[in-house]
Amino acid sequence: MQQINRLKPFFENITFDRDDNTMVVNFGPQHPSAHGQLRLVLELQGEEITKAYPDVGYLHRGMEKMGENMIYNEFLPTTDRMDYIAATSNNYGYALAVEKLIGVEAPRRAEVIRTMLLEINRIISHLFWLATHALDVGAMSVFLYAFREREYAMDLMEDYCGARLTHSAVRIGGVPLDLPNDFIYNMEKFMVILTEQLEVYEGLLNKNRIWRMRLENVGVMSPEMCAQWGVSGIALRGSGVKWDLRREMPYGLYPELDFDVPTSDKCDSYGRYLCTMQEMRESMKILKQLVPMYKESDTQLMANSPEYISCTKEEMMTQNYSLMQHFVLVTQGMRPPVGEIYVATESPKGELGFYINSDGSPYPYKLKLRAPSFWHTGLLQDLLPGHQLADVVTIIGNLNIVFGEIDR
Amino acid sequence: MRKYSPKNDVQQKSYYTDRFYVAPTLDKAPVSNDSTFASDCSSLANVVEIKESYIQAGHLVIYVDSKDNVKAIKHLKEIRAYNFMMELSAIDYVSTQNGFEVFYEMLSVSKHKRIRVKCFVGCDDAIASVEPLFRMADWSEREMYDMYGITIKNHPYMKRILMPDDWQGHPLLKSYPLIGDEAAQWYEVDKIFGKEARDIVGPELRDAAQVERYDTQRFSRLGHEVPKGTDITTNEPETPIRYQEEGGVQLFGKKLVTPFDEIETKHLEERK
Amino acid sequence: MAQHKVNYLQDGGAPIVLTTVDKIVNFGRSNSLWPMTYGLACCAIEMMASGASRFDFDRFGTIFRASPRQADLIIVAGTLTKKHAEFMRRLYDQMPDPKWVISMGSCANTGGMFNTYATVQGVDRIIPVDIYLPGCAPRPETLQYAVMQLQQKIRRNPANMRQKAKRLV
Repeated sequence: MQQINRLKPFFENITFDRDDNTMVVNFGPQHPSAHGQLRLVLELQGEEITKAYPDVGYLHRGMEKMGENMIYNEFLPTTDRMDYIAATSNNYGYALAVEKLIGVEAPRRAEVIRTMLLEINRIISHLFWLATHALDVGAMSVFLYAFREREYAMDLMEDYCGARLTHSAVRIGGVPLDLPNDFIYNMEKFMVILTEQLEVYEGLLNKNRIWRMRLENVGVMSPEMCAQWGVSGIALRGSGVKWDLRREMPYGLYPELDFDVPTSDKCDSYGRYLCTMQEMRESMKILKQLVPMYKESDTQLMANSPEYISCTKEEMMTQNYSLMQHFVLVTQGMRPPVGEIYVATESPKGELGFYINSDGSPYPYKLKLRAPSFWHTGLLQDLLPGHQLADVVTIIGNLNIVFGEIDR
Repeated sequence: MRKYSPKNDVQQKSYYTDRFYVAPTLDKAPVSNDSTFASDCSSLANVVEIKESYIQAGHLVIYVDSKDNVKAIKHLKEIRAYNFMMELSAIDYVSTQNGFEVFYEMLSVSKHKRIRVKCFVGCDDAIASVEPLFRMADWSEREMYDMYGITIKNHPYMKRILMPDDWQGHPLLKSYPLIGDEAAQWYEVDKIFGKEARDIVGPELRDAAQVERYDTQRFSRLGHEVPKGTDITTNEPETPIRYQEEGGVQLFGKKLVTPFDEIETKHLEERK
Repeated sequence: MAQHKVNYLQDGGAPIVLTTVDKIVNFGRSNSLWPMTYGLACCAIEMMASGASRFDFDRFGTIFRASPRQADLIIVAGTLTKKHAEFMRRLYDQMPDPKWVISMGSCANTGGMFNTYATVQGVDRIIPVDIYLPGCAPRPETLQYAVMQLQQKIRRNPANMRQKAKRLV
C-alpha cells in the first residue's frame, strides 16, 4: 500500500515577504548548477543579496569515522571520494602523510609516475572547473568542448589504473603498476591537442564581452579576507598572494621541476579564471619535463620497508617470509609509530591536508581531512552580500568547490 | 557469557595485540634545534604559560592551557606572523583522560613554517572561540561541536553544521558506533514516514561481507538481470545483454527503430 | 537494498497483454524520457560525462530538466545521506506520474562503501526504484545501458500505471 509520508509543505518555514521588503530564497540542496548539494539561504533586497547563509552537510558520509575504523591501506580508496574530480590528488596526499609518518620514501620511478598522475589530475580538474563554470555562466558550448578534452585525459587514467573517476592509483609506499607501453605517446598526443584547444577556449572567453562583464569585479576577495578564512589554492593566488605549496613548501619531485606559479592581482573571478587557464599550461610543462625523468629511472615501484609495506608480487609468490608478512599487513594492518603528523599538498582546489594521530595501532586514532572547499564555502557568508542574485552562481562556480570534500 | 566490551570506546580494534610490542615514537626534537621556532616559543612564553613544546615532523607543537588559547593564538597571529589558520579540531580522549585535546594548526606564509597549538579541554569544560581572530573558526568550531559536543563560548552561530539539526548524538566520539545508534539508523524512516513504518521498511542491511553467489564468475548481474522479486536461490533465467527487444521496437506490426546490425547488413547487401 | 515485506508478484504473474494504445503511449514515453538532474556525488560526474560530448545522452531523447515538475525520470546518482533523505522524498513526490527511478552507483543502491551512521543504506528505503545500476562510479555506457533497459521495461508494461500498485514506499 502506498505509504503516506508526513512531510509538510515547506513554505511554512520560510517567510517570503517580510516588513522591510526583503525576500528569503532557498537555493535548495538540489539545483541545476552542477556543484553538488549546497543549500544557500539568501536574503534578498530586490536583486541584491543582504545576507547569505550556506548550509552544508548533505553529503556527509562519515569518512573521518570510517578512517578510525579501517587500516591505513584500506582507507585509501575512501580518500578517492573526497575530491572526486581529481581523485589521485587526495590519494597522493594521504599516501604522502602516511609515508611521512612511517618514515618511508617512495622510489624514484614511483615519484615520477605519481607526479605525472597528479598533473594529469590537475588538468582534469581544471577542465571540469572550466566546463561547469562556463555552463553556469551561460557559455554552454565550452562545457561540451572541455568535456571532450577531459575524456582524453580520463582515457589516460583509465589506461593506467582501470578507472575513470575514482582512481586509487597510488599506494602507501609507491605505485602498484608501471606505466603501460603507449602511455607516454598518448600523453604527448593529448598535450598537443590540449594546447590547441586551450587557445580555442581562451579565444572564446578571454575577450568575450559577456564573460568579462559577468566575471570582473564579481567575488572580490582581498588578501586579508583570504587569510581570515584559510583560503588556499587558486582563490588565494587570484588575490595576489604568491603561495603555492609546490613551490614554497615543496614535496615529492617538485623541487627539481621548473614551472611558474601564475598569480593575479585582480582579486576577482576573472583573475582566478586567468590563473586556472595558465595553470593548465604549467601542468603540461611539468609533464614534458617528467618524460625524460621516467625513462632514466630505475624500475623499482614500491618502497622497500618490509615492516610497513608489502613487497612485490614476484617476491611474495616465491619467498615464504614475504608472503607471511604480506598476510599480516593485509589482515592486521601496519603499525606506524606513535605520533601525529599533518601533511599538506597542493590539490587543484587548494591546500589539501591530512592530519593523522596514531597511537601505534593499525587503526588511526584520529584522522582529520583538511579540505580546502570547506572554508571556501564558508567564505560565501562574507563574500556574497552586496552581489546580485545572478552573481551567486558565478561565484560558487568560480571558487571551485567540491561537495565530497566539504562534507567528507 | 560474552566477552566484556567497554562501551566508552566502540571503534574497531586490532584482533591481535602483541604483548611485548612497544610502538616506536615519532621523534620529538627540542625546540632549540630550529631558530625560528625557538624565538617563537620564547616570545610566546612571555604571554602565556607553555606546558610543553617540541618539534615533531617539521611542526612546532605547543601545549597551552585551554583558558589561554585565544591569547596564544592572538600573539602568534599578530606578533609572530602566523597569519593563516589551516585547521582546528579535537581529539577524543574521553575514555582515558576524560577530556578532549583541541588543536589549532597554523601556517606562516612569510616564514614558511607550521605550528600546532594544543590544549586540553575537560568533558564539562568550555573553550573560548577564536572566531574574532580567524573567521574560519566560525565553521570549524561548529564542526567541532557537531562532531564532539564540545561547548564553545562566544561563538556567533553555534548550530550543527554537518549533521541534520535534530540529530541526537555526536558522531566522532569514540563511544558512538560507526553504523550509528538506534536514533541514527531509523532517522530517515522516522522523519519521512513516521515510526509506524519501521517494520514495513525493515532494518538497514549493513552486511559488509555479503558475497553474491556468482561473484567469482561474473560481474554483478550483467547479462542476468531479473525483475525484482524473482527467486534467485536456484538457476534464475538468463537475460542476455540486449539493447532492444527481440525483433526491434514494433508498432502496428511495423518496425520503428531498426537495430544497428540490420542497418549494417542492409548496406552490405546494397554494396554487393 | 531494503527488505520490504510486500509480495511483488501479487497478481499471480499473469501475462500482461498490451493493447495498441498501450504500445503507442509506451513508445512515446520510452523514447523521450526527461531525467531530473539529481547528481549528488561522484556518480554525478559520470552522469554529466554521459550527457556530454563523447557519450551523448541526447540521442535517447533525454533532456536534463532541473525542475521535478517537468521530469519523468530521476537518476539518483551518488550517496544519499540522512540529512538529504527528506528532500529526496519531497522531490520525488513533486514529480508527476508516470515516473521512474534509476538508482545509479553502489551508494544509491545499497549505501555503497559508506557503511556509516549518516548514509541511507540504499535509496529504495525512501523511494521505489525501477532499475539498479551497479558500479562505483558506473561508466557512462553503463548508465546508457540502464536507460535502455528502462525503455524496454516501459514498453513491456501497460500504460496505465496506477492500476499496478506494486510500489511500497
